[in-house]
Amino acid sequence: MSRLPSGGQIDRGQRLGFDFDGKRYGGHPGDTLASALLANDVRLVGRSFKYHRPRGILSAGSEEPNALVEIRAGGALSPNTRATVQELYDGLRATSQNRWPSLRFDALEVNDLFSPFLAAGFYYKTFMWPKAFWERVYEPLIRRAAGLGRLSGKPDGEPYDKAFAHCDLLVIGAGPAGLMAALTAAEAGAEVILAEEDFALGGRLLAEQLEVDEMPAAAWAAATVERLSAMANVQIMARTTITGAYDGGTFGAYERVGEHLGALPPDLPCGTFWRIAARRAILAGGAHERLIAFPGNDRPGVMLASAVRTYLNRFAVTPGQRVAIYTDNDDGWRTAEDLLSAGVSVVGLIDSRADAAPKLDCPVIAGGAIVGTEGRLGLRAVTVRTESGTRRLEVDTLAVSGGWNPAVHLTCHMNGRPVWDDAIAAFVPHPGAIPGMEVAGAAAGRFSTHAALEAGRAAASRVLDDLSIAHTAPDLPAAEDAPTRISPVWHVAGKGRAWIDLQNDVTVKDVALSAQENFRSVEHMKRYTTLGMATDQGKTANVVGLAVLAELTGRTVEETGTTTFRPPYSPVPIAAMAGRAGGSHFQPHRHPPSHRFSSERRAAFVEAGLWHRASFYPAEGEHHWRQSCDREVRMVRESVGVCDVTTLGKIDVQGPDAATFLDRVYANTFSTLAVGRVRYGLMLREDGFVMDDGTTARLGEQHYLMTTTTGAAGQVMDHLDFAAQVLWPELDVSFISVTEQWAQFAVAGPKARELLSGVIEGPVDDTAFPFMGCGPVTVAGVQGRLFRISFSGELGYEVAVPARFGASLFRELVRRAEALGGGPYGMEALNVLRIEKGFLTHAELHGRTSADDLGLGRMVSAKKDCIGKVMAGRPGLSGPERQQLVGLRPAGPVRKLVAGAHLFSPASQPGPATDDGYLTSVCFSPALGTMIGLGFLRNGRARIGEQVRAVDLLREQDTLCDVVAPQFVDPEGERLRG
Amino acid sequence: MRLTCPLCGARDLREFSYRGDARLMRRPAAGAAMEDWHAYLHLRDNPAGPHEELWLHATGCRAWLRVRRDTTTHEVLSVELAAEGRG
Amino acid sequence: MAYSAWDIFKNGLIGQRDWAPVWRDPEPKPRYRVIIIGGGGHGLATAYYLAKVHGISDVAVLERGYLGGGNVGRNTTIVRANYLLPGNSEFYSHSLRLWEGLEQELNYNVMMSQRGVLNLCHSDGQFDAFARRGNAMRIQGDDALLLDRAMVREHAPFLNFEDERFPIRGGLLQPRGGTARHDAVAWGFARGADSLGVDLIQNCAVTGFRMEGGRVTGVETERGYIGADTVGMAVAGRTGQVAEMAGFRLPIESHVLQAFVTEGLKPVIPGVVTFGMGHFYISQSDKGGLVFGGDLDFYNSYAARGNLPMVEHVMEAGMAMIPMIGKARVLRSWGGIMDMSMDGSPIIDRAPIDGLYLNCGWCYGGFKAVPGSGHCFAHLIATGSPHPAATRFRLDRFETGRVLDEEGTGAQPNLH
Repeated sequence: MSRLPSGGQIDRGQRLGFDFDGKRYGGHPGDTLASALLANDVRLVGRSFKYHRPRGILSAGSEEPNALVEIRAGGALSPNTRATVQELYDGLRATSQNRWPSLRFDALEVNDLFSPFLAAGFYYKTFMWPKAFWERVYEPLIRRAAGLGRLSGKPDGEPYDKAFAHCDLLVIGAGPAGLMAALTAAEAGAEVILAEEDFALGGRLLAEQLEVDEMPAAAWAAATVERLSAMANVQIMARTTITGAYDGGTFGAYERVGEHLGALPPDLPCGTFWRIAARRAILAGGAHERLIAFPGNDRPGVMLASAVRTYLNRFAVTPGQRVAIYTDNDDGWRTAEDLLSAGVSVVGLIDSRADAAPKLDCPVIAGGAIVGTEGRLGLRAVTVRTESGTRRLEVDTLAVSGGWNPAVHLTCHMNGRPVWDDAIAAFVPHPGAIPGMEVAGAAAGRFSTHAALEAGRAAASRVLDDLSIAHTAPDLPAAEDAPTRISPVWHVAGKGRAWIDLQNDVTVKDVALSAQENFRSVEHMKRYTTLGMATDQGKTANVVGLAVLAELTGRTVEETGTTTFRPPYSPVPIAAMAGRAGGSHFQPHRHPPSHRFSSERRAAFVEAGLWHRASFYPAEGEHHWRQSCDREVRMVRESVGVCDVTTLGKIDVQGPDAATFLDRVYANTFSTLAVGRVRYGLMLREDGFVMDDGTTARLGEQHYLMTTTTGAAGQVMDHLDFAAQVLWPELDVSFISVTEQWAQFAVAGPKARELLSGVIEGPVDDTAFPFMGCGPVTVAGVQGRLFRISFSGELGYEVAVPARFGASLFRELVRRAEALGGGPYGMEALNVLRIEKGFLTHAELHGRTSADDLGLGRMVSAKKDCIGKVMAGRPGLSGPERQQLVGLRPAGPVRKLVAGAHLFSPASQPGPATDDGYLTSVCFSPALGTMIGLGFLRNGRARIGEQVRAVDLLREQDTLCDVVAPQFVDPEGERLRG
Repeated sequence: MRLTCPLCGARDLREFSYRGDARLMRRPAAGAAMEDWHAYLHLRDNPAGPHEELWLHATGCRAWLRVRRDTTTHEVLSVELAAEGRG
Repeated sequence: MAYSAWDIFKNGLIGQRDWAPVWRDPEPKPRYRVIIIGGGGHGLATAYYLAKVHGISDVAVLERGYLGGGNVGRNTTIVRANYLLPGNSEFYSHSLRLWEGLEQELNYNVMMSQRGVLNLCHSDGQFDAFARRGNAMRIQGDDALLLDRAMVREHAPFLNFEDERFPIRGGLLQPRGGTARHDAVAWGFARGADSLGVDLIQNCAVTGFRMEGGRVTGVETERGYIGADTVGMAVAGRTGQVAEMAGFRLPIESHVLQAFVTEGLKPVIPGVVTFGMGHFYISQSDKGGLVFGGDLDFYNSYAARGNLPMVEHVMEAGMAMIPMIGKARVLRSWGGIMDMSMDGSPIIDRAPIDGLYLNCGWCYGGFKAVPGSGHCFAHLIATGSPHPAATRFRLDRFETGRVLDEEGTGAQPNLH
């Protein structure tokens, strides 16, 4: 066991059992999976992506590139989980990934042997011969090796939530700078959100042997958090990663609500994705320590020096018994001090600086460099080179500090480019990179505790001034203020590979090859080598990679430039950002008033926008939709049918200028429509193509009711608002959507009048309601409206009542229809009825048809301007080159028509040059006893009487058709007027 | 992104929809040349920088807004009601 | 140098010492026969085909940043030829055929992977529209299969067939569709063009045009004036700005389209799947990341980054269609600047100024067009007349009304 006998912020009173690769271990609350594994001497945790090299734990945070495991099972299986972030819970089961058959013996480790042939970008130069082998041989092999962890293949079984939050100040990170900033702002009364990725608040204060305000740093952090927690204006969000900085002070955040719990309580989501609108923000996200690229630097046991301190001080775990330290800056010395004070043997402190002279009770090798390591599954020894030669040190752990990179990531999310700072040999945030965001502490390159505390207070102070919130700054607690002294070593030349990107196996040689091949731009180097494209997105690799490229190309890091960081800061589950809106909750379901009735009648439903509309109502003994559909069509043609048409958009238009307004938005004229009459209207887009159609009734001198198609209701509403507010604000007109306020039902068929006479008070005859007439009626005691309109070609009415009466009225209409030998009909029958009449739907009004194409050119009034009129006059929108609406009827032995078939002259071979059009809508017409179709045919109106072939290559149909006028039943409209 | 609707205050981007270049406010007269119509409908401003554009507070008050916004930074510079800002 | 298996082997033995630079970094000459502005996929392909097909190698490609740094380096790598309308149909068909021989043509592995593109539909109306589209593809000579629900389930069992908001009615599958390694396409064309004598000049932004008597005579750049007989623009995303320098306006707006990639995962999704009801599409790269995206962020933008509402919408659509991807973690999101034309289709034509040629308006379909666009644009520049596969990508179609509006949404770029 490597657990120290005392210390650390773990609850030794409780033991948590967990599994790794089937083996049972124990840990304590307060442990991460990584600290618990180290406490149990488990050092081999994963395999690298390309060469399948054995890997251990590198870091103690979300930047971990090596220790990625799968946890949980079934639909909750969570691949690529960072052991360094995952909190330990009792019963946690973790499995290593990207290895077969086992972590210790991985067959694909053979890649490592072939690594001389698998240099950066090798795949661009090979796998091309013979041509057919790419898809049959090479790519399947590559794909088999792809990826790290596995998805379960099952639906994610765990719930996720989404939420909004608002605040004056969002503080990102709860280290010394963040805590001090939050305290300063909170005491001034500002609404503060303090977000911290870790489950414990304090940042490096939890991981160092430091004193703040004359108490242990962790104790000061705990006391400060306690103070903040007691304040009503502070919301502390632990386990919450700020994932992205977006426009207008909006931040994305992922809170791991239940990921640390063994079993999710029923009232908790697994995670919550937050959208935080913050007036100001302070980034206090700290910094990441970086590795040095020396030969063999990837073995399990090579760790970041700060991570060694974290495990030691926070988790009371020593990662090894014989530790060496390799550093190019003073920070590495702290690791030696802490190890020594914990009683761990420090075999040597290798400082690259020849003048380094730390006062430490361990061997110090100044001016040294590590040039080799040993140990396949775990570090056994390192070779140190100094001016006087090389020495081999037997160690099990090497703590490396190559300096610190401020966590500039969020400051790059709005295209800000970080700035190189030679003093700390790192990039610091570009000032003002995110409007309204200050950067404080280590994130700004100020690494001492004192500097962080001071910067946090100062940043909060500036924010408060900016927001005009009066404040008195709290006293600054005393803390260390060590200077940053670094003389950066990016890579160490020597025999063997020196890794830069550990997960993707990118080495110094790969960067060198990229430069040699003239991939010298940082972006080229990144893309060619894949450096920085692993799951840590370059947090551990980027700066070293850039610096190596700079050295190899004889440029400074500043000249070389940097790639950018993009959201999310650390990876977020897709399910979390979807929240509850997956599966059937993706979009709302809209149900018309008849929905319950239709469900009871076992109707099939069809999607129409967000609506579910009854498609057909199967009767006793009907097994196929066609049986039901044919019956419903005959029912309407012979007696009476009832259909719910509530889904059509309804817009109530009122005002002195209502008539003028409608004249401008419709192609035809509505100012001449008499009160109590209805007219079919055609609406164009400004580009002259047809947008929508529908009927509009004039209910009063200044009062119209417009209907739109179901699918275009929203679009038309936006369009009208645009016309009224943007184009003609001088018109005195108001309108509002009343789609949901009115239930509306079509009653159609020869017995429609008979049916309605029983429900409606007063006469519904031709005098009271002539064809295209409308007016108020009393329906079973309720004030409603009646429209004498028809989409079926039969004597038809639409009756409208306030929506709350819709369900019962529909049942009543159906009951009466059935008494007359009729009944309800659905969308299939409605479609047949309208095709037989040549009426249009979105199959024909698909946004690419002009009024002329539809044979409605004359509806565009010559007497007035309207939206779309001028552009409809462009030459490309009319004439014989266009495909025009026609009817088609099988004329040969093949009687079947399919929508989507293309049209050709009988003599021509199907090809792009001979393609003359296509079928939009087809059906079996019970009235005609044959299939019929509507379609668009080049110069079609002139070709009525000719024949064409309807060819469907997908379904191997070839049907000779007569071209006919697009009205098959009652072309004169006698039944309508009946 | 957040837009400050003159009627509703600062609201999240998801409440809005977008139409584009505010030149769409200046519809040519019916008798204008086809060239003008073509320019009106198709040749819109597309600057990298401040842009006058039309937004709809679609799931809010339904007001069409004339917004001045920088297309390189997404900074919203001004918002007014389209019906009142026909300058 | 030509790549061969022997080179790979030899360099493996000698520490990769022998690989030559993939391209030179020449100083710009004072004058070229042809200047192509834009070192993205389209510009590089154009230069390559100018040299290869037309023997015109006195060509410079001027790139403001690094080669392949525009949309060719930040797309979701989908290649397909499944268009409905004449104009687009023959062009993308032509482009797909070029893709199919690209590795051999360029001696560079662009990893063209024809694992199929499946579009899903959710209603009878959409199914009929797919039938029409599929027939158009077959008539064009391309492959297309119309699948019913059961066939979709067999092809892609990982889709949501249980808890669906929009039940899958069927799908249109193009087996020859797929993905390619986007950067490699840019690099392959760049390497090919360079080896044929084309000068690829990076970090050389064009700042203006010089004209004489209504004719372009050269361009001003950050590295000085460069003369040319002919100038071609292939700067999708920035077309409006470059056109402004030349003094004319185009029917194009710049919009941002976001895309996403997850951490590497063992393969679960074989080809490309698209979900029209949610504007969602997904594939899995050879490295294991799920690569996916959705619709435009809907406002004009040159910022190459988007906002959360669309991010979340894309995730919701993904979870609606493929609930098994929930635990995949999004690793990176990014945005590209799309050259959105007023009808959703591109323009390959002469500019209103003599000697200047346009290649623009690719909307979010530019990647699959790369070889076809380069091939046809080179043809236009070299011969003065449009390639037969690109006769309808005319600039004047907005005035004549002969628009190519695949989506049927009219002159509203963010709806295409």
